[in-house]
Amino acid sequence: MDVFFQQVINGLVMGSMYALVALGYTMVYGIINLINFAHGEVLMVGALTSWSAIGMMRDAMPGAPGWVILILATLIACVVAVVLNYSIEKIAYRPLRNSPKLAPLITAIGMSILLQTLAMIIWKPNYKAYPTLLSSTPINMGGVVITPTQVMILGVTAVSLAILMWLVNYTRLGRAMRATAENPRVAGLMGVKPDMVISATFVIGAILAAIAGVMYASNYGTAQHAMGFLPGLKAFTAAVFGGIGNLSGAVIGGILLGLIEAIGSGYIGHLTGGVLGSHYTDIFAFIVLIIVLTLRPSGLMGERVADRA
Amino acid sequence: MKNNKTLQYILIGAALIALPLILQMFGNAWVRIADMALLYILLAIGLNIVVGYAGLLDLGYVAFFAVGAYMYGLLSSPHLTNTFAWIAAAYPNGMHMPIWLIVPVGAALAGLFGMLLGAPTLKLRGDYLAIVTLGFGEIIRVFMNNLDHPVNITNGPKGLDQIDPISIFGLNLGKKLMIGDFEIASVSLYYYLFLSLVLVTILISHRLEISRIGRAWMAIREDEIAAKAMGLNTRNLKLLAFGMGATFGGVSGAMFAGFQGFISPESFSLMESVMIVAMVVLGGLGYLPGVILGAILLSALPEVLRYVAGPLQEMTGGRLDSAILRQLLVALAMIVIMLMRPRGLWPSPEHGKSLKTK
Repeated sequence: MDVFFQQVINGLVMGSMYALVALGYTMVYGIINLINFAHGEVLMVGALTSWSAIGMMRDAMPGAPGWVILILATLIACVVAVVLNYSIEKIAYRPLRNSPKLAPLITAIGMSILLQTLAMIIWKPNYKAYPTLLSSTPINMGGVVITPTQVMILGVTAVSLAILMWLVNYTRLGRAMRATAENPRVAGLMGVKPDMVISATFVIGAILAAIAGVMYASNYGTAQHAMGFLPGLKAFTAAVFGGIGNLSGAVIGGILLGLIEAIGSGYIGHLTGGVLGSHYTDIFAFIVLIIVLTLRPSGLMGERVADRA
Repeated sequence: MKNNKTLQYILIGAALIALPLILQMFGNAWVRIADMALLYILLAIGLNIVVGYAGLLDLGYVAFFAVGAYMYGLLSSPHLTNTFAWIAAAYPNGMHMPIWLIVPVGAALAGLFGMLLGAPTLKLRGDYLAIVTLGFGEIIRVFMNNLDHPVNITNGPKGLDQIDPISIFGLNLGKKLMIGDFEIASVSLYYYLFLSLVLVTILISHRLEISRIGRAWMAIREDEIAAKAMGLNTRNLKLLAFGMGATFGGVSGAMFAGFQGFISPESFSLMESVMIVAMVVLGGLGYLPGVILGAILLSALPEVLRYVAGPLQEMTGGRLDSAILRQLLVALAMIVIMLMRPRGLWPSPEHGKSLKTK
């Protein structure tokens, strides 16, 4: 049973990171109907920026406690990611808003490759050891082990989600965002500036992605230019799983996906008598996705996405 | 006027036939680039059926390419006979299946996979379909990587090697052919094989496009509900599009395996799928000349760049090598071309027949 609870903890940690990234996808999709393929790369840039920032800060102020450095590095990563995502939208997506549907998708894929390549040139292609800034003594809770980093990940995700929900549900900006997602033209007639709202969406998405990037790198202890692809893909899967365009759906989808992956990879060896091993983890996400979409094409929580193409 | 056109065709034909013979004087590497470009044209035309005609965005197309390639690889390399005693007993001289068996089987299998993928995803539209197909491509790759135990079928990440070269009518394309004193290199022989395949594919694809089925696909692309109301069996037609596209992918996969002599899961990454989609969309969705142009541009140009990248690499102290430069340029091309010409470089001239924004 300990194995089970351990995998539940691991799944929650992974799932909360998927949820943060999935929110970025789902918000963008909800408003402009575009899969922002470059979103995973924003996560990667966030992680690598924070890696550089941590290195510099450790040299500049050797005595500073780990958590201060981590917070500062996350803030720097957020700023860089925000500037990046804002520019991506402005350069690559805005001019194509009324073009054939596939055009912005292709620029998005192009942006994703471009960012990966640039990151490879700037940071070099090797794997970088991401420093452990919090205490590395694991906390033992009745046979189940959780590291302080993982506790931090759960905490940060919860706080970020609370702030986001407040922002979307109780502020003017949030109302404008919901209105634009519902119907951009009518929202425009009501005095909402769609371009401003779309930019704001990309900015918020970038912040969430950068936070997720820092946490992803801290959790695995490495960072590299290609690290954004898989979490990006799975986060998108999570967004679709929950019903794309739906914020709570993205969160639930992300956490469920994390749990399914962790529990699945923990038990697949036993279930199949050792024939299939845990290196099949990565296909769980897609199998779940295919099943969900076949049985319930609009996702778990989706209701208004019946015929979006 | 008519004479002019015939003359044009003859000239283009002569140029295409002479091309590898001229290129091979500069080195076989150049002919290889032309060969790969032809293979990509084959793939792009196949994907164009799914994406361009039927409007179903498929981001996992390379999976079908992989199925064809592994089919060929397994049936004509020593891997299976080395691994399984009973197969070795059945084929004491090794499994060297004739191409007339492998290609149809590979194509049929790829087509079957296409239908299998299509069946559960038919209800989905647009981006959902994109993500499911993308996932399917990854699943196939994960299986190729991991099916080396408990039973070694795909040989895992190491891939399959010593694959027989293609031989047709007793002519082994893996060896150079001497006609008198004139030598035709093996890569040039492959060039002619691929060229004739591309011509056949263009013919099939063009006939499909103007057929009843092609028009039905385009009707589905423009408005599925209206198409259904007109009495089209949209489910079967979409399945057919998936199957047809996948079949072309399977054939090109088999050709690829015979041409390279070695395949590994690395050749079938998501990046390849993305490149093929980019070829179709950049060139001109649903329009054959555009698709061919896109395939040539994206496959051949970066290869050519490899030769100019050497000095650049020295200048930047090794940070910019040819592979990185190639990736950088492909990415920039995708962004810039889409921004300047959202409907592709050479879009279909008829108005109202393209994918419209919703």
